[in-house]
Amino acid sequence: MVPLSYYLLLSGILFVCGVLGFLIKRNIITIFMSIELMLNGVNLSFVAFAAHWHALSGQVFVFFVMVVAAAEAAVGLAIIIAVYRTRETLNVDQVNLLKL
Amino acid sequence: MTPNPYLWLVPILPLAGAAVNGFFGRRSSKKAITAVALIFCGAAFFMALVIASGFSSASAPYYFNLAHWLRSGSFQVDFSFYLDQLSLVMLLVVTGVGFLIHIYSVGYMWEDDGYYRFMSYMNLFMFFMLTLVLAKNYLVMFIGWEGVGLASYLLIGYWFTKDSAAAAGKKAFIVNRIGDFGFLMALFLMIKHFGSLDFTHVFSAVQSLPTETAGTGLLTAIGLLLMVGAAGKSAQIPLYVWLPDAMEGPTPVSALIHAATMVTAGVYMVARSSAIFERSPMAMMVVAIIGALTALFAATIGIAQTDIKKVLAYSTISQLGYMFMACGVGAFSAGIFHLMTHAFFKGLLFLAAGSVIHGIGGEQDMRKMGGLRQYMPWTFLTMTIATFAIAGFPPFAGFFSKDEILWKAYSSEYGSWVFWLIGVITAFITSFYMFRLWFLTFFGDYRGTAAQGDAHGHDDHSHGHGHGGPHESPWVMLGPLVVLAFLSLIGGWIGIGGRFEHFLAPVFQSGSAAELAHETAGEAAGTGTETLLMLISVSAAFLGLFLAWTLYFRRPQLPARIAASLGGLYQAVAHKYYIDELYNVLFVKPLIDGSTEILWHGVDQNVIDATVDNSASAAREVSDTVRHMQSGNLRSYAGWVAAGGAVVIAYMIWMGVWVR
Repeated sequence: MVPLSYYLLLSGILFVCGVLGFLIKRNIITIFMSIELMLNGVNLSFVAFAAHWHALSGQVFVFFVMVVAAAEAAVGLAIIIAVYRTRETLNVDQVNLLKL
Repeated sequence: MTPNPYLWLVPILPLAGAAVNGFFGRRSSKKAITAVALIFCGAAFFMALVIASGFSSASAPYYFNLAHWLRSGSFQVDFSFYLDQLSLVMLLVVTGVGFLIHIYSVGYMWEDDGYYRFMSYMNLFMFFMLTLVLAKNYLVMFIGWEGVGLASYLLIGYWFTKDSAAAAGKKAFIVNRIGDFGFLMALFLMIKHFGSLDFTHVFSAVQSLPTETAGTGLLTAIGLLLMVGAAGKSAQIPLYVWLPDAMEGPTPVSALIHAATMVTAGVYMVARSSAIFERSPMAMMVVAIIGALTALFAATIGIAQTDIKKVLAYSTISQLGYMFMACGVGAFSAGIFHLMTHAFFKGLLFLAAGSVIHGIGGEQDMRKMGGLRQYMPWTFLTMTIATFAIAGFPPFAGFFSKDEILWKAYSSEYGSWVFWLIGVITAFITSFYMFRLWFLTFFGDYRGTAAQGDAHGHDDHSHGHGHGGPHESPWVMLGPLVVLAFLSLIGGWIGIGGRFEHFLAPVFQSGSAAELAHETAGEAAGTGTETLLMLISVSAAFLGLFLAWTLYFRRPQLPARIAASLGGLYQAVAHKYYIDELYNVLFVKPLIDGSTEILWHGVDQNVIDATVDNSASAAREVSDTVRHMQSGNLRSYAGWVAAGGAVVIAYMIWMGVWVR
């Protein structure tokens, strides 16, 4: 049996990778993927705790997170396409104004 | 105690008149304003007469509770009115003289632009004065007390575009505040120790206390504080300085407020509080000494004044000193008697002086009058009666009241021959300066220029008569003069045989049993002495008349030579002993400098302003630094969120906080 701390360590590494990617990258698609990485890092700790404590609520949370992430992906990608159509760039540093 | 439901109408009627004229007077015709002012004031006088006709000593005192006011536990103050023999005298004097002066004002102020304002203020004054004399407790009295101060301020500064009038109004108000402070302190002491401000409660509580012979104690403190208030309102040493300046107001105001009624409020208050004073010989002594000193001091200043109204103002201060001296020696009824006769003859003197000023186009300097006897015979006649009355010639009113005071100053248990001597000297000086005024104004040759009228206007009396010389005033002004002259002639007769004193005796009854017994014993032995003292005071009056006749009629060039030979002394008297200058150096200037340097530059600018300014600039500097965080850059925000999260987690690990 793999100890809980291993899962949590991996989960933390994934989350920090996501945070760093979010902060450092300029490409909006990469930032989007970094958010998914953070969500999945959190999901991993949820299921790890659920297995450790034999409580199903952690797994239920993960389903919720997945659903929200899927909805977010749909809306987010639509926004990205809309941004690209108007600005013709995916660099967030050039998309710092709400108005045109 | 008998309820009397009409009492509250007396003060309310003038208030209604003041409200009507104050709100609607600007657009009304002068006739309508006159009608409103006179009808409401006259109605108050009529009500006072009705109440007086129903007054019987058997059922007195009367009272009426108009409304509840303060109710806090056992402490109660109501809007309630009270009428006993003392308030009845005041009620009749105030409404009667007040009504006459209202009539006079119609003639005197008719040409003034602010006629409606003047009439409204006058009615307002009547309301507050009547509240003062009809109050059933000290707090309602205090309302009237402050209210007459307000009306006095408004009317002194009535010609407010003139700097000196505005300044005089402020001076009167501020000096009165000092006195009111003492009055308020006395009220607080009463609340603390007696738990009530009602006259009946306070006086019965006082009566259960022993007489404070040692000279210190609660009643002495209350008495002295009340005297501070009275000294402010009634212009006694050291707070008299506002009254001469108050002559900046129109002359009817000087007659009504600063001679006949308001300034006597202090005497009324001391007489009303007689129960307190009688328990404290120390306070009585202070009242008597202040009164005697003021009487003498103000009389000497009156000798050297050249402004006709200033002479009368110092004379008023001096006569008020007489009244306080009477109260101080325990002769409260003599003080009130003099208050009443003084209201007649001093009101008349001011009105007659106003008639003179009116008749020669606003001139107030007596050196520019003279010979007016032939131009204004009625003014001359009435003024003559008033002058003889104030100088104390029998059978005029002033003789009876002044003689009563002098006799009591000598014979009463609190009195002494010193008070009597000061009183006689004052009577001599009074007679001298009053006849000086009389000779200067009405005898000799007219010394003014015929056409001075409109341009001069010391009294702001620029009315377009276009007259060539002095002329008699209209009958609306002369009528009140004649009535008051009649009263000055016969007003003293009600005191013959001690009738006035016996009428007031129930009010001052606390010590009266002993006093009356003492008196009957003393009267049998003292008749000879009394006659002797009376002869001395009458001869003092004659001496004053003779001296004034010599100096200002027979040899008019003599006074200037005497003044020159006296030099510094004459200058000191002419400049009112430099008291105003002294007060300026001692109080006004330190106060202004202290306020400027410490309060304004020190506290206000360096502490209060500095706190506000510095906290504002500190906030601006901090914000200036921090606002760079708000760059609009999405990833820097995310960085702040991540850094914040890292800090929170680090803190939790560091402190060992575990979330369960």
